[in-house]
Amino acid sequence: MILLKLTWRSLWNRRISVLLTLISIAISVSLLLGVEYIRKEAKSSFMNTISGTDLVVGARSGQVQLLLYSVFRIGNATNNIGWDTYQHYVKHDQIAWTIPLSLGDSHKGYRVLGTNQDYFKHYRYAYQQPLSFAQGKPFEGVYDAVLGAEVAKRLGYTLGTQIILAHGANGASFSEHKNKPFSVVGILKPTGTPIDRTVHVSLEGIEAIHLDWQSGAPVPGFNISAEKAARMNLEPETITAFLAGLKNRSATFRLQREINQYKQEPLLAAVPGVALAELWQAIGQFEIVLRIITIFVLIAGLLGMLTTLLSTLNERRREMAILRAVGAYPRYIFMLFLLEALFIVVMGCLLGCALVFAGVQFAQPWVIAEYGLHLNTWIPGWSDGLMLLLVTVLAVIFSTLPALIAYRRTLQDGLTVKI
Amino acid sequence: MNIVELAQLRYRWKGQSKDILNIPELTIAQGEHVFLRGESGSGKTTLLNLLAGILTPTDGSIRLLEEDLHSASSSKRDRFRADHMGVIFQQFNLLPYLSMVENITLPCSFSKRRRDKAGDPQQAATQLLDHLQLDESLRSKMVTELSVGQQQRVAVARALIGQPEIIIADEPTSALDTSTRDRFIDLLFTQAEAQNSTIIFVSHDPHIASHFPRVIELSEINTAL
Repeated sequence: MILLKLTWRSLWNRRISVLLTLISIAISVSLLLGVEYIRKEAKSSFMNTISGTDLVVGARSGQVQLLLYSVFRIGNATNNIGWDTYQHYVKHDQIAWTIPLSLGDSHKGYRVLGTNQDYFKHYRYAYQQPLSFAQGKPFEGVYDAVLGAEVAKRLGYTLGTQIILAHGANGASFSEHKNKPFSVVGILKPTGTPIDRTVHVSLEGIEAIHLDWQSGAPVPGFNISAEKAARMNLEPETITAFLAGLKNRSATFRLQREINQYKQEPLLAAVPGVALAELWQAIGQFEIVLRIITIFVLIAGLLGMLTTLLSTLNERRREMAILRAVGAYPRYIFMLFLLEALFIVVMGCLLGCALVFAGVQFAQPWVIAEYGLHLNTWIPGWSDGLMLLLVTVLAVIFSTLPALIAYRRTLQDGLTVKI
Repeated sequence: MNIVELAQLRYRWKGQSKDILNIPELTIAQGEHVFLRGESGSGKTTLLNLLAGILTPTDGSIRLLEEDLHSASSSKRDRFRADHMGVIFQQFNLLPYLSMVENITLPCSFSKRRRDKAGDPQQAATQLLDHLQLDESLRSKMVTELSVGQQQRVAVARALIGQPEIIIADEPTSALDTSTRDRFIDLLFTQAEAQNSTIIFVSHDPHIASHFPRVIELSEINTAL
């Protein structure tokens, strides 16, 4: 009891330097936990880019590539798949719904996605959330466009804005579909996924702007007006990929095999979760970097504590001699230092936890509004507890150094301390 | 009863070729107040640390309260000090973060014997403060706000609480002016006598010697010099 009382009183007596040490530990700890939290959130957000889709089907390539262009709008498809192939699967008795995807055009650097109304009906992201509109409604006409949240925000578009699509996926495309402008009829709410950076139009719209084009370039002297094009047969011959939801999810792998063995055309079906995991493996290296940085921050924090403890040794020499004179065992002095370190680190850990919790709570509304990302409330889990335990153990191990020095000094100094 | 019995006591610091202390014989009886005078470097500090059980002799015997301490384990010596000794330093005797009474009762936290002897440590501390002429008005002050003379008197109270048999005072008056010094010694004597404690008072200052019935010149008993 007296040990605890002396530790507490002594700490209180030096409260400013103790508080600063405590804060530096708290910051290290909150970084450690915060980085771990961000890592988990980033992973779960990444894994939830697409949700509820059982299979992604495209031309045969790699599943990561398929995922990149169909879900993340990165890179290009090696090949398209035929409309009749798509129709075959639309009617497949295992498949509940499909969403056709037609890529290849862009608007000011944002990818244009040709699809149909099923997209708004069936597409799900982040734990089965459907797409919802901030303004307007899904496209109906051939020249209607629905913008992702970021597109509308960055380019300052509102409902009714006329936009020109450019051929090719790059922003610096010279060939624009100038004669067939689209008008914005809907703007989606932020989703925190690549949808925010996508311009959505109908498959017919994509077909219409390419009627008078051939092999990726306008045919000279051949110009079909927008009105005329809209009245023509706009059924596409090919699409880039399609998403499929199954009636019974347990059939996923059977159907995947069936699609991969489709005779008429070389296809690839990927299970989004599996492909996402593979992709995360490839890009997840930053996790390790983050971890390493955090470990260094933590070591810096602990070294700070060690420095403070060591620097108090001299000014506490007298204190130790007095305690020895009134009958404290040397091991008592040792315990005093250990307890002090333990107190600082435990308080630092608690304060660090509070900082992370408060930080996440504070950031939540802003992140939702800005990025459409739902941050989960920070609740310490097993791994966090384990890390805190590790920090505490490390701190105690570190503090044995000043404790040992103090211990040895009390033996050497005896009752007489030169000041 | 003899409080202190030293015989053929030798001490040599590690790595030194010469003894710093060689005391063939020294006996101090219970209730005696002894002034142990020595210049700096005469082995005063070493002798104090030997008596307090912080150092162990290179050779010879130390008997305190008829207990052999030269061969006792370090924790036994620590226990002995906590139970039977009160120590007063030259200066800065008090823990700045404890109140006056908390400083005084500190030995009772480490020694059951002294706690039992003190009865109610709080009350014993207040009583000692009364006897040492530290007024009520001072008691709410931080110990760092006290004058040096007042601090030294609080240190006396701490050394005396729980009636230890031996009071070791290491130059306790060197920071005090003459009148404060004399009053300090008077109070120390009165209180020590009231509980039959033996005072071993170490100093280089010959002026204090007149207060003591027995004066030991360290240079005379230490044959190592």
